[in-house]
Amino acid sequence: MFVNSFNVRTFAANLKQGIFKPIRMKINTLKNIVLSTLFIAVFNISFASETKDGGDDKKFDPKDMIMHHVQDAHGFHLWDWNGHAVSLSLPIILWTDNGLTTFMSSAFHHDDSGKEVVERNGAKFVKLHGKIYQLNEGANTVAFDDKHHATNASKPIDISITRNVFMMWVSVFVLFLVFITAARSYKKSENNVPTGIASFIEPLVVFVRDDIGIPMIGEKRYKRYMPYLLTVFFFIWINNIFGLIPILNGANLSGNIAFTFTLALFTFIITTFSGNKNYWQHIFWMPGVPVPMKIFLMPIEIIGIFTKPISLMIRLFANITAGHIIILALMSLIFIFKSIGIAPVSVAFSLFITVIEIVVTAIQAYIFTILSALYFGMATEEAHH
Amino acid sequence: MDLVTPGFGLVFWTAITFLILLFILRKFAWKPILGAVSDREEGIKDALASAEKARAEMENLHADNERILQEARAERETLLKDAREMKNKMISDAKEEAQVQAAKMIEQAQAAIESEKKAAMAELKSHVAGLSLDIAEKVVGDELSNKDKQLKLVENMLGEATLN
Repeated sequence: MFVNSFNVRTFAANLKQGIFKPIRMKINTLKNIVLSTLFIAVFNISFASETKDGGDDKKFDPKDMIMHHVQDAHGFHLWDWNGHAVSLSLPIILWTDNGLTTFMSSAFHHDDSGKEVVERNGAKFVKLHGKIYQLNEGANTVAFDDKHHATNASKPIDISITRNVFMMWVSVFVLFLVFITAARSYKKSENNVPTGIASFIEPLVVFVRDDIGIPMIGEKRYKRYMPYLLTVFFFIWINNIFGLIPILNGANLSGNIAFTFTLALFTFIITTFSGNKNYWQHIFWMPGVPVPMKIFLMPIEIIGIFTKPISLMIRLFANITAGHIIILALMSLIFIFKSIGIAPVSVAFSLFITVIEIVVTAIQAYIFTILSALYFGMATEEAHH
Repeated sequence: MDLVTPGFGLVFWTAITFLILLFILRKFAWKPILGAVSDREEGIKDALASAEKARAEMENLHADNERILQEARAERETLLKDAREMKNKMISDAKEEAQVQAAKMIEQAQAAIESEKKAAMAELKSHVAGLSLDIAEKVVGDELSNKDKQLKLVENMLGEATLN
């Protein structure tokens, strides 16, 4: 499983990580056990149900449901009421050949199969499997090939306010509210004593400083990186938590690879730009080893520059998505069995996993932050020979 | 495959949102919070240092007090000693003075007595001389009436006066 894709050099670099490795390993092993039992169960049951109902009513597809939940969407589908979906529509923003086109997602009337055609700004749009397609000139309906891909439509650049973007802004609003309030409370108090919300926030901020910033980057240079580390830590953490709130319908922002990609990209950019002579020397011409070894190590180290942020990206994405998939799969058991009798088991298991996931929210935020700090520390480390 | 393909829209919004979040939180949250925390830590450090300093000062003060007390005691001691010496000296001086005075008075008294004695003697002499003269006058008058006796006396006197 790629969840375990930990950089070897990263580990060697600091003993401290030895602390969380066992925890992660334990969680991963747990996940593996639960997942594999689940797979066996799902496999058997799908066989059973297939033979049993012959299928006149629409068969429940757990994979479809799960993928729908862990991926992004144009709008919040809250619940169904009398056969109608109750949902919160969000703006769709498209960059087409005719310029910027915006409309609300409700224009599609919850259609996701490309039937509902929306005409805006001289172009026709359809929604197909969660993606917006622009029909080619002259076409009025979507034509499909045998693999159910649209043949007469193209994807415009889609910068819609999807539910992930919406939840990201909600999280940003919460972060502003919490941290700016906390910061203000210091001004009111005497002698900088934390009061109110600041007394909850301060230990976390000090934790990021004393257990991530200072040990990983060093007393001399950590201050420059503190705003980034703190922001990343709390941004990831709050979005991990938001992802676990059921009513938000799986706004799985931190389990979306686009989100983890962007944050990993920032870490990569900061690492690359703060790299000093010593850092680049260790990459291109490793000191203290014979020349053939220097040549041999160079490509490995160059790959290492990229694998570090890529591992950050995949680790966060895979951990959070895996947690969501497990919980959803456990819940799917009820629908697969078509029995309320399985519900206590499902609920007990998913409660158990949810509790683990609550721990994982913090652990993954911590790991992303500490590894980012470690990379900054490696990039700014002075030669010590 | 959709699951592991980063969508452009979300990358775009994440990047913008994250940068705004980073800049605003840096200015309005992290700087004040970290500043307050480090200020407080500095404050505590300073307070501890100044408490330590105050303690040292107290100790110094205590030592100073002890020293001052010691000095005062020593000074009192010397003052008392001085006073005693002074007293003794004064007494001895007074005694000496008195002695000198007494000696002087005695001397004066003696001198006075001497002079009185001399005066008395002189008066006595003159008196005696007068008396003698009177007696002599009477004796001479009487004697001179007796020529023989006169001559005898001269004789006697001449005999006594050895002419050498």
